[in-house]
Amino acid sequence: MTVTSETTNKKQLSGIVDFLSKWGTIITIFVLLAFFAITMPSFRTASNMVTIMRSISIVTVIATGITVSLTVDGFDLSVGSVATFTVALVMSFFVWYGWGAIPAIIVALLISLIVAVVNAFLIVKLHIFDLLATLATMFIFEGVAMTYTGGGSISQGMPRLDGTPTTGTIPPEFRLIGQSPYIILIMLVIVMLVHVFLTYTKHGRYLYIVGGNREAARLSGIPVNRYRTLAYFLSTLLAGMGGIMLAARIGSAQINSGAGYLMPAVAAAFIGFSVAGVKKPNAIGTLVGAILVGLLENGLIMMSVPYYSLNIIKGLVLAIALAITYYKKHD
Amino acid sequence: MEPKHKLEMKGISIEFPGVKALDLVDFTVQSGEIHALVGANGAGKSTLMKILGGAYDHYEGEIYFDGEKVNIRHPYEAKDLGIDVVFQEVDTALIPYLTVAENIMLDKMATKMKGKHLIRWGNIHRTAREVMKQVGIQLDTHMLVQDLSLAEKQMVLIARALATNTNFLVLDEPTAPLSQTETEELFRLMRDLAKNQNVGVVFISHRLPEIFEICETITILRDGRVVFDGVIEQLTQQKLVELMLGRRFEETYPKAHVPIGDVIYQVKNLSEEYDRVRDVSFQVRAGEIVGITGLVGAGKTELCKTLFGAFPIKSGEVLLHGKPLKISSPHKAVKQGVALVPEERRKEGILVDEPVFVNLTLPSLDKFTNGPDFVNTKAEREVAKKVINELGIVTPSENQKVAYLSGGNQQKVAVGKWLIADAEVYIFDEPTKGVDVGAKRDIFELIGELARRGKGVIYASSEIPEILDISDRIYVMYDYTIVKEFETSEATEEKILFYSAGGQ
Repeated sequence: MTVTSETTNKKQLSGIVDFLSKWGTIITIFVLLAFFAITMPSFRTASNMVTIMRSISIVTVIATGITVSLTVDGFDLSVGSVATFTVALVMSFFVWYGWGAIPAIIVALLISLIVAVVNAFLIVKLHIFDLLATLATMFIFEGVAMTYTGGGSISQGMPRLDGTPTTGTIPPEFRLIGQSPYIILIMLVIVMLVHVFLTYTKHGRYLYIVGGNREAARLSGIPVNRYRTLAYFLSTLLAGMGGIMLAARIGSAQINSGAGYLMPAVAAAFIGFSVAGVKKPNAIGTLVGAILVGLLENGLIMMSVPYYSLNIIKGLVLAIALAITYYKKHD
Repeated sequence: MEPKHKLEMKGISIEFPGVKALDLVDFTVQSGEIHALVGANGAGKSTLMKILGGAYDHYEGEIYFDGEKVNIRHPYEAKDLGIDVVFQEVDTALIPYLTVAENIMLDKMATKMKGKHLIRWGNIHRTAREVMKQVGIQLDTHMLVQDLSLAEKQMVLIARALATNTNFLVLDEPTAPLSQTETEELFRLMRDLAKNQNVGVVFISHRLPEIFEICETITILRDGRVVFDGVIEQLTQQKLVELMLGRRFEETYPKAHVPIGDVIYQVKNLSEEYDRVRDVSFQVRAGEIVGITGLVGAGKTELCKTLFGAFPIKSGEVLLHGKPLKISSPHKAVKQGVALVPEERRKEGILVDEPVFVNLTLPSLDKFTNGPDFVNTKAEREVAKKVINELGIVTPSENQKVAYLSGGNQQKVAVGKWLIADAEVYIFDEPTKGVDVGAKRDIFELIGELARRGKGVIYASSEIPEILDISDRIYVMYDYTIVKEFETSEATEEKILFYSAGGQ
């Protein structure tokens, strides 16, 4: 009898663990919302909610890039550098060359895809581990961006480092991208597009299959290398899009401006794994993960936690997210 | 003489999501005997042995060791009682980049080193050599395990078990990947363990002649229950199969007689980049089943993979309907009408974490898309249901994860996915490996049906009786090339064995 009651206890326990790993993130979001709203009247204003959504837009878009790389069992660490690189490119097109918004955005995104080419070459052709290959490209393109800007920043009216005066201006319609509601709408559209692509198309199915069992996928006739390459192109493209939004938001190119987005984006993507029990990298989960991270940051700042201590909390959240993802994978 | 031990499992039941895998099973084994555990796929053999090895903790029932109740819910609790289980997938239990000695002494190094921090390599190698010598295994203890053959890896695992005073040793289908001589060597070892080392051996196998050759006592499981327990002399092969399946069973598989058409598939002087296939030529006609046989390691799997584009081609050509194929990758092979059911089912043939319908439609997903590559899941499920019915795949629904199906049903999924894809040439690599007689028959019928539809079938297997039953023509491989061609009507097991072993 003791054995039976022990097993039912265990069943109950594992049921609770199951429930928490599925809905824990969402519950945490609501608990945090309630806590901040009760303790701080200024938190529960509509304008603050918009601020939170605006602040997570860039992280979310970059995190969807990481999410796509995770579907093929890869990991793209270079997304932060891609964002930095794209910011430098698009700003130089405006300030140095006086281009219009549309050509500048398109050309900047296309050039940033060089990172994807290098990533795919290192990972697919040279068989370097994803994490290590993209760690290398992270450094390479951080350096490329800095070399391109001559080690400085680019802003309107500021002369180039060699003293050449600049006359280009940032088009006002470009600045709109960085403001709410547009920046929030762009994020939501991108999340929806990535979600539909991953969930309802053949290509999305193949990406997950390749990530699940590469050899079985190959022997089922799926062009595995093509799909792994595709994943890295998409992650770079999405990170580049994040860079465009970042450029529009701050209106200048700063040194390593995208680097700070890597960690919260990784956290968001991994938190997204377990949301609603999907147990796979997925776009909606990533959005939820980004909301959780953004909410925490916003609330803590309002509670006067100094900005230099925020990383402690963000790191802890990432650790918990990883724990939830990997703890369940054991049995 | 050491004391005799007795191990009894009483009233063992275990459930998994949606399945009652074992239902009040009693199982007893004693020191010094070789005890067969037999049953169709999914009957619960492996589950029962996993419980004995401490892999599960949520079963009900009791286990007694020499009449005393014991608690086995963790692997170390089983090890403490001297119970060792060597599972089918030997590679999962070995560390490939360590030496033979380290692998043999692994348990000791992991559990008996409390308080000690320095390894005495001399001792490790000496003890490993002694253990191997005890049972007559000859291997250099300094070799890396990754360089060993499958049979040698098994020996290492058995030696590891012996290094820690084993009372009971469970061997889960050890002979499936072994050649004739390797099997004989294993049997010699098993007899030695039982007679001289006083070990109780539990032997799981699908090969009936082996069971009758080596076992004294037998337990037969069917659908999670014991249907027979006793001395093997009370049984005949025929009777055993009936008990396993719960119905009468004809021993041979009647070959489907299909009119054979023109040559559709030709392989000319094919060599693989790293010489894993050397100068192979053969042909397949429409409706013909061509058997490719040879001993384990003769190059059958390598040939299959090269034909499918999974191994790179160095020279030679492959023609389908007279047109040369470009098979630089499996993707291209599939596009041109070639299908492969690979040998390593769980690693290569199916995706265990995906539902049945996703597995079935995987190679032919293009047929289920509308608009710009959107997947029509409804159409997918309908076709999947049809295939599940046609092939008699036992599953609650098309949404079940393939991991929860039995081995035979997993194999049907691995075959079924290529039926939907509708290829011209089907390559089967050891399709009956680890599959029970019932599922085997289903798979044979399926292959017959493919022939009837005028497809070309290449059937690679080291099971010579099966090849003789099912094929129209036989090619024998030895040392990575084809050494002999037979019309099946003229072939015998002896002749094939002669050429397989390198006879000329």
